[in-house]
Amino acid sequence: MNPSLPTESDESDLVRLLTPEGARVEHADAGWSGTDADLFALYRDMVLTRRIDTEGYALQRHGELGLWPPCLGQEAVQVGTAHALRAQDMAFPTYRDHGVAWVRGVPPERLLGIYRGTEHGGWDPAEHGIALPAIIIGAQTLHAAGYAMGVLMDEAVGHADSSRDAAVAVYLGDGATSQGDTLEAMSWAASFSLPLVFVIENNQYAISTATSRQTTVPLVRRAAGFGIHGVRVDGNDVLASQAVMEAALGRARDGHGPTVIEAVTYRRGAHTTSDDPSRYRAGEETEYWEARDPIARVRVLLDSLGTFERELAELDAEAEALGERLRSACRTLPEPDLAALFDLVHVETTPELREQQEAAIAWKALDTEETAS
Amino acid sequence: MAQFRLPDVGEGLTEAEIVTWHVAVGDVVAVNDVLVDIETAKSVVELPSPFAGTVTDLLVEPGRTVPVGTPIVAIGEAAEVADAAAEEKAPEMLVGYGPKDEASGGRRRRRAAVPAAVGATATATVERPRAAPPVRLLARRLGVDLARVPCDGIVTRRDLESFVRSHDGDASRVAGDAAAAPAPAPATAPAPAPSAGDRTVPHTAVRRVTAAAMVASAFTAPHVTEWVEVDVSRTVELVERLRGEREWRDVPVSTLHLVLRSVCLALRRTPELHAVWGDDALTIPEHVGLGVAAATDRGLVVPVVPQAETLDLRGIVEQVGELVAVARSGRLQPAQMAGGTFTVTNIGVFGVDAGTPILPPGQTGILAVGAITRKPWVDEHDQVVPRWVTTLALSFDHRAVDGAQGSRFLRDVADLLHDPALALTV
Ligand SMILES: Cc1ncc(C[n+]2csc(CCOP(=O)(O)OP(=O)(O)O)c2C)c(N)n1
Repeated sequence: MNPSLPTESDESDLVRLLTPEGARVEHADAGWSGTDADLFALYRDMVLTRRIDTEGYALQRHGELGLWPPCLGQEAVQVGTAHALRAQDMAFPTYRDHGVAWVRGVPPERLLGIYRGTEHGGWDPAEHGIALPAIIIGAQTLHAAGYAMGVLMDEAVGHADSSRDAAVAVYLGDGATSQGDTLEAMSWAASFSLPLVFVIENNQYAISTATSRQTTVPLVRRAAGFGIHGVRVDGNDVLASQAVMEAALGRARDGHGPTVIEAVTYRRGAHTTSDDPSRYRAGEETEYWEARDPIARVRVLLDSLGTFERELAELDAEAEALGERLRSACRTLPEPDLAALFDLVHVETTPELREQQEAAIAWKALDTEETAS
Repeated sequence: MAQFRLPDVGEGLTEAEIVTWHVAVGDVVAVNDVLVDIETAKSVVELPSPFAGTVTDLLVEPGRTVPVGTPIVAIGEAAEVADAAAEEKAPEMLVGYGPKDEASGGRRRRRAAVPAAVGATATATVERPRAAPPVRLLARRLGVDLARVPCDGIVTRRDLESFVRSHDGDASRVAGDAAAAPAPAPATAPAPAPSAGDRTVPHTAVRRVTAAAMVASAFTAPHVTEWVEVDVSRTVELVERLRGEREWRDVPVSTLHLVLRSVCLALRRTPELHAVWGDDALTIPEHVGLGVAAATDRGLVVPVVPQAETLDLRGIVEQVGELVAVARSGRLQPAQMAGGTFTVTNIGVFGVDAGTPILPPGQTGILAVGAITRKPWVDEHDQVVPRWVTTLALSFDHRAVDGAQGSRFLRDVADLLHDPALALTV
């Protein structure tokens, strides 16, 4: 048996509100009560996320990016949970969370610089309510726990005031659950009752290592050991993802502490553009998950409503334009200025850094003259 | 016609084999259509097309392994207009280490030979003396052979300076024989021979920025300078009067502030003077970003008062005061120097009358205000009377502005300073 194919019992505790076939279903502990327009908005964000992702992948193959980590197949958990965030909330993403960045309003061009090697970050975290992507596996869980401590110190929870009470969301992979950082963060979150939601995107792999190698029980059960509320959701179901996230963020904002969400999903693409997944997984498994695509099931539902024909046609054009926009933006990203890097370290620079900056400028001048002569 | 060069698809790969072409010469392809399968050390990968157009040439046969950066396919004429830019950029491909080395001069190329300044006597086997980049750069500027500088392992700036001093200005002894020390760069005149009393003052960051800005501006914007002498006695009186008023007691108003205010008013009538020259169009900004040149210990800095036209006189005094204080403390943030659309420089503080100021890059006008001094002046009754007189000098970019507009603007500023009551009329 393929260890990455879920069994009946694996699926029994999943919160699911939309079946892979596109049918709405009820769940005792969760519900999604959005309008048809809300449904379309979720669909639109998933489609555009996928377009950003496929263009990022293609740009790497064009030779324009050094690397791209695709999020293909994980659009529902990213878009659904991000839709539950409010302006005052803060998200801590990984390198793969393009859909979260998109929903938080980060211009997608800003995702490219770091993978082209022209930028160290990409955007102002405070402006968009989303930190820069963490590449060090699990490190962001500690950043998020620290930030959540700050939210508590600012007394920004528990006022029953939706414009003010804030929560923090941290995104991590199944592989990251094996990092000490993640366990420390969960420990702090529990002890201090932090307004923090852990969103584990269990995409079945940490590069080539299957989740079954990271754990012998569902990852959500880690939560119980810390005394944290845990919930397991179909991460390819955007409605369920949004619903459980809204509940978890609500608890956090009300001062009732952290939640661990395990979103069961699948990384349909390679780990990154440098990876060849055919070396560690094959046919049956990829077909299984293809049939559970997060976007297709919402499309079935939308088509059955029959009210979005014009919008759906326009969305195709919008997605194409977005791909084009990314392509031309990528090619014109400015080459970084080495000397300018030093200006980004401190508000007021130190004499040592000033000296290093002068050295860097001199080095550049020598280098240019040498290659010119 | 665009060429697609073999990219590095896997973080540091140097070559790949062309396995199968999915297109043939004459095929029309769209952006991201699959062109070819390649096999790298890691895997077989499909390459999507960066260009739209007609395949005009397959440059590598299947089965051949070629280095990253090798052109593998040519895609021609039918290419989308939008991709024309990409075509030009193709050799700059980020991941293709190859093109950067071969096609664009190669930042990664390191010359194995010893740099010229080390000297002709050195052979390729001589190790380059160790020194930090600023010291190496200084040595090159001075034409000094670093290998000749006594040091303790690494040549420091002090070693270099004392070497230069101890050689008494004897150029050939400092630099080695003439052949060994060619001029640092063909475009620059040879530096005068160093002498014992010479001092070298390393460039500060401000100095460098100023230098780059002046060169950029002087050689792109054709400058015209006009000047006018004006009797500003009424402005001087107005300043004195304001200083005596209770409400203005804590507001250190000066004639410069009235000049700034007059500039804002004159820009209303002739906004071209703060326009931005572009290849296809002139952009006339909605707001005035008023640069005020300030001399500081570190050199010239130009903080910018944003939306200066929205400020009253008091607002200008306050903003300029704050910005200049921050500038003098060396803590000005880049943002506080950005966004300038017109600049005023007060050269009068140095006791001089006029000059031909150089435009800050990207700006169309700069006004220099000379010293305000008592001078004999022929008044409207033909009487020679002592008056407060200054000279205003306006440089402008003749690409954007003609003499008519430049003169009108300068005249407007002069008239307002001659008779501040005219402000009521604009
Ligand atoms: C601390 C640390 N160790 C190792 C790596 C190398 N690495 C990069 S991605 C990755 C796998 C992460 O898997 P997972 O957390 O499941 O996230 P996914 O990539 O599946 O989204 C590893 C081990 C790293 N970036 N940081």
